[in-house]
Amino acid sequence: MARILRKLREGGIHAALLGCALLSVATTIGIVWVLLRESLGFFSDVPLREFLFRLEWAPELGGKYGVWPLVCGTMLVAGGGLLLAIPIGVATALYLSEYAPHWLRQLGKPIMEVLAGIPTVVYGYFALMFITPNIIRPLYPEADVFNAASAAIVVGIMIIPTIASLCDDAFRAVPRALRDGAYALSATKLEVSTRVVFPAALSGVVAAILLGLGRAIGETMAVAIAAGMTPKVTANPFTSIQTMTGYIVQVSLGDTPQGSMAYRTIFVIGFTLFLMTLGINLVANYVLGRLREKYE
Amino acid sequence: MSAGGAQFRPRLQARRTLGWLFAAVCVLFSLTSLLVLGVLLVEVFRVGWPALSWTFIRNLPSVLFPEQAGIWTALIGSIWTVAITALAAIPLGIGAAVYLEEYAPRNWLTNAISINIANLAGVPSIVYGILGLAIFVRWLEFDRSVLSGGLTLALLVLPVIIIASREALAAVPDSVRQAAYAVGATRWQTIRHHVLPAALPGIITGVILALSRAVGEAAPLIMIGALAYVTSVPGGSFEGYDHSLAGVWSWLRDAMLADFSAMPIQIYNWTDAPQKEFHVLAAAGIIVLLGGLLTMNAVAVGIRAWRQVHRTW
Repeated sequence: MARILRKLREGGIHAALLGCALLSVATTIGIVWVLLRESLGFFSDVPLREFLFRLEWAPELGGKYGVWPLVCGTMLVAGGGLLLAIPIGVATALYLSEYAPHWLRQLGKPIMEVLAGIPTVVYGYFALMFITPNIIRPLYPEADVFNAASAAIVVGIMIIPTIASLCDDAFRAVPRALRDGAYALSATKLEVSTRVVFPAALSGVVAAILLGLGRAIGETMAVAIAAGMTPKVTANPFTSIQTMTGYIVQVSLGDTPQGSMAYRTIFVIGFTLFLMTLGINLVANYVLGRLREKYE
Repeated sequence: MSAGGAQFRPRLQARRTLGWLFAAVCVLFSLTSLLVLGVLLVEVFRVGWPALSWTFIRNLPSVLFPEQAGIWTALIGSIWTVAITALAAIPLGIGAAVYLEEYAPRNWLTNAISINIANLAGVPSIVYGILGLAIFVRWLEFDRSVLSGGLTLALLVLPVIIIASREALAAVPDSVRQAAYAVGATRWQTIRHHVLPAALPGIITGVILALSRAVGEAAPLIMIGALAYVTSVPGGSFEGYDHSLAGVWSWLRDAMLADFSAMPIQIYNWTDAPQKEFHVLAAAGIIVLLGGLLTMNAVAVGIRAWRQVHRTW
């Protein structure tokens, strides 16, 4: 009897734990279902052709539903952020894994975690109140109060921990023997770092950059605060633009009744955002998985 | 180029100088992020410190009088939200991690769940906000309440908690499990009495870091409709409720379904306001928020450091 009870309890616990794990699958299904349902409603009114090929986004004024201005704004901010974050992130990781003394290495990760833990709304405040007046305006006086450059700088700072931490993991996964082999041929530390460790860990670096890009694209509050609310197709970082995330925030702050066109645009832009980040993350995680197989 | 000893020039001095320069550049780049962190903190403290006072913490927000505005509703709102998030996400997250590390067979389903969790961790927080808006606010009709906010943030931090807990569980050596099985423990007894306690410090560290992320999130809460100006705190008064279990229950229900604000929302609102006085309040709010987050981070890092010293295996 006690045996049967015990079997039942073990089975029940097993099932409950499986349920917890399956909740994550349900979350994904929920996201796709919710986004898809409202997006389909949107596309029954607006042809997909208009959404994909028109270069104007002005739902309130004249109902222009071309997604490009928002995508362009997002890319301007994310691309600018990467320009800053890649050199700093990779150099930090290289320093921590190849040069730094042991104690500093131990300190590196917690510091990265603190940096990564600063809320994005704080970075938004910093971009608007400090970076624009003290860095952007002195260099380029005609810059708008809200501009893509200040947002790009803080987004770059925000993704440095992601890139540095993942690159650090990738560099450390390179087997000791490869370094020793190079040193035995009298290579200097620079040569070992750049011609042995870096190439060996290249796929990890690529994955780190992709994951950083995914975060930059989805970054919301800093961009909503500092980048502006003017959707347009431009490559000029000193003007006011709008990103996909910034648009979603702007609409949801207003009064949007369920079923209205403005309400639906939230979901259709959210879906676009979801598909972009999902694609990037799938590739990045696939690359990381391959890297693990290689060295473990 | 011809191969041969005569052409071989080691140029050792030049190469070493180059290496030294490279190291210096790396150090400089590494210091940039620290420098930015420093400038950010100095700037926020310079602007916000004068406005920081007990009245600022205890007062309600005010649209008209910035000098009387405070962060009380947002502070309490954040505490409610993160409590609900913790209650929902911790058991579910640890449960999923235990399943994946201790029970799951190595098959396509397990693999699919793992990949799915890794990708969920990369989904932008605002997309979780849209999900929360559709599921909790509209479909389950929790409205724009603390409950909707807390549950939305729970979905957001679940993947983070699962990943951290899995790492902690995987670090427990198999000998611990085998020893328990050898004396006749069942799978669950082994996990409950031996594996989980051994992994607990790692799990707690991961959980605290995940919750501190939830505290700082604004975007999902804006999506589900959290407000910057609420005039009362959820569950702020017990007046009118029965002094019985049923009374406490209905108090709790009303509190969970109340309108709410949260610190990041309040800070966003003040930053977005055109008047300078509100920017000062934003900075003061940031000091309070960062103070809370850094305390949480310090506890998490402290537990991990303690763990590394007192490891039992």
